[in-house]
Amino acid sequence: MAEAGKTIEIEVLRYRPEQDAAPVTQSYRVPFTDDMSVLQGLQYIKDHLDGTLSFRWSCRMAICGSCGMMIDGRPKLSCKTFLREFHPGKLRIEALAHFPIERDLVAGVDDFLVKLESIKPYLIPKEPRRLDEGEYLQTPHELERYEQFSSCINCMLCYAACPQYGLDSKFTGPGVLALLHRYNADSRDGGRDERMQLVNAEEGVWSCTAVGYCSEVCPKAVDPANAVNQNKVNSAKDYFLRFLRPRGARNGASK
Amino acid sequence: MSQPRNEVVGGRRPYRRSMTGWWRRDPFFVRYMIREATALVVAAYSIVLLAGVLSLAQGEAAWNAWLAAMRSPISIALNLLMLVGMIYHSYSWFEIMPKTMPAMFVGGKRVTAATITMFGLVAAVAAALALFAAAWVLRP
Repeated sequence: MAEAGKTIEIEVLRYRPEQDAAPVTQSYRVPFTDDMSVLQGLQYIKDHLDGTLSFRWSCRMAICGSCGMMIDGRPKLSCKTFLREFHPGKLRIEALAHFPIERDLVAGVDDFLVKLESIKPYLIPKEPRRLDEGEYLQTPHELERYEQFSSCINCMLCYAACPQYGLDSKFTGPGVLALLHRYNADSRDGGRDERMQLVNAEEGVWSCTAVGYCSEVCPKAVDPANAVNQNKVNSAKDYFLRFLRPRGARNGASK
Repeated sequence: MSQPRNEVVGGRRPYRRSMTGWWRRDPFFVRYMIREATALVVAAYSIVLLAGVLSLAQGEAAWNAWLAAMRSPISIALNLLMLVGMIYHSYSWFEIMPKTMPAMFVGGKRVTAATITMFGLVAAVAAALALFAAAWVLRP
């Protein structure tokens, strides 16, 4: 692994709840090659230098969304960021911002999971169909309406990029609102009225001030800022049009 | 630190970091804060214009006094500053505009964010030029 003889200094913000009152910085010198990701650097530390270091990872190829962390102050997937970018300087790694630190680089994500569940992130069919009635058809254009928002891997980098979430974690937040939009914008879905209540709430889209950094850091080009901000329009329409819409026709008229 | 940032929750002891000085942490946040702050410049300029309209309604003396105030070096310097703020605000506003709109399709193809931003900027410049041209043509 270290055949090239190059080394790099990795500073890690460590927090061991059983012994640390506050996080402390610990520095490691890691041998590396040009094809090594930051995640591989951390794995080298864990395997060879310090087995007590904790961090999350799984797929190593930007699919699972587990290894998000602050790398030199920016939210990034550590498997998709390379050590060579920082050489000959050093790099500093910290748990994802705006989340509590559970231990070392492991962020506490309970809040995100509760929010994710709350938006019903699955298709709620408009009308129940029997198997023999066949599949729900969709045109390429209808697919394009939501496709980019379906690329979310729940890595939470957008939450670490969102100062509004950092200042008040009641905000539903970019990633979950983007997923909410993914289902609302799907022509096969009929759950819009239920989800609009979450969009319209103060903790919904209106807590967003269009900083836009969420879209900048998204490793999957989901553009959550776009999903959130087009739903400000939807929310305003939802508010004003309800006076015009006859009662009982709301489900049909909501699209 | 006034209060502990890590209270024991269900056998766990998660540590909450401070948000103090958050907007200085990343140049992106600094640009965001400038975008928001320059909105105040736009408001200030509209108040100056409104004062002009009100003084026009009050008669010739008030109008001439407003014109004289506008010609003072301090006022010109302030106006130049406001112009810079206004230009940055317009630019940053059109920069974020694609994120505030639903996807647009022209001829079956999605309009890119860069095109939307460029269209907004061109429209702003064209409107400003049209205004200058009208002021030039209609000058006494």
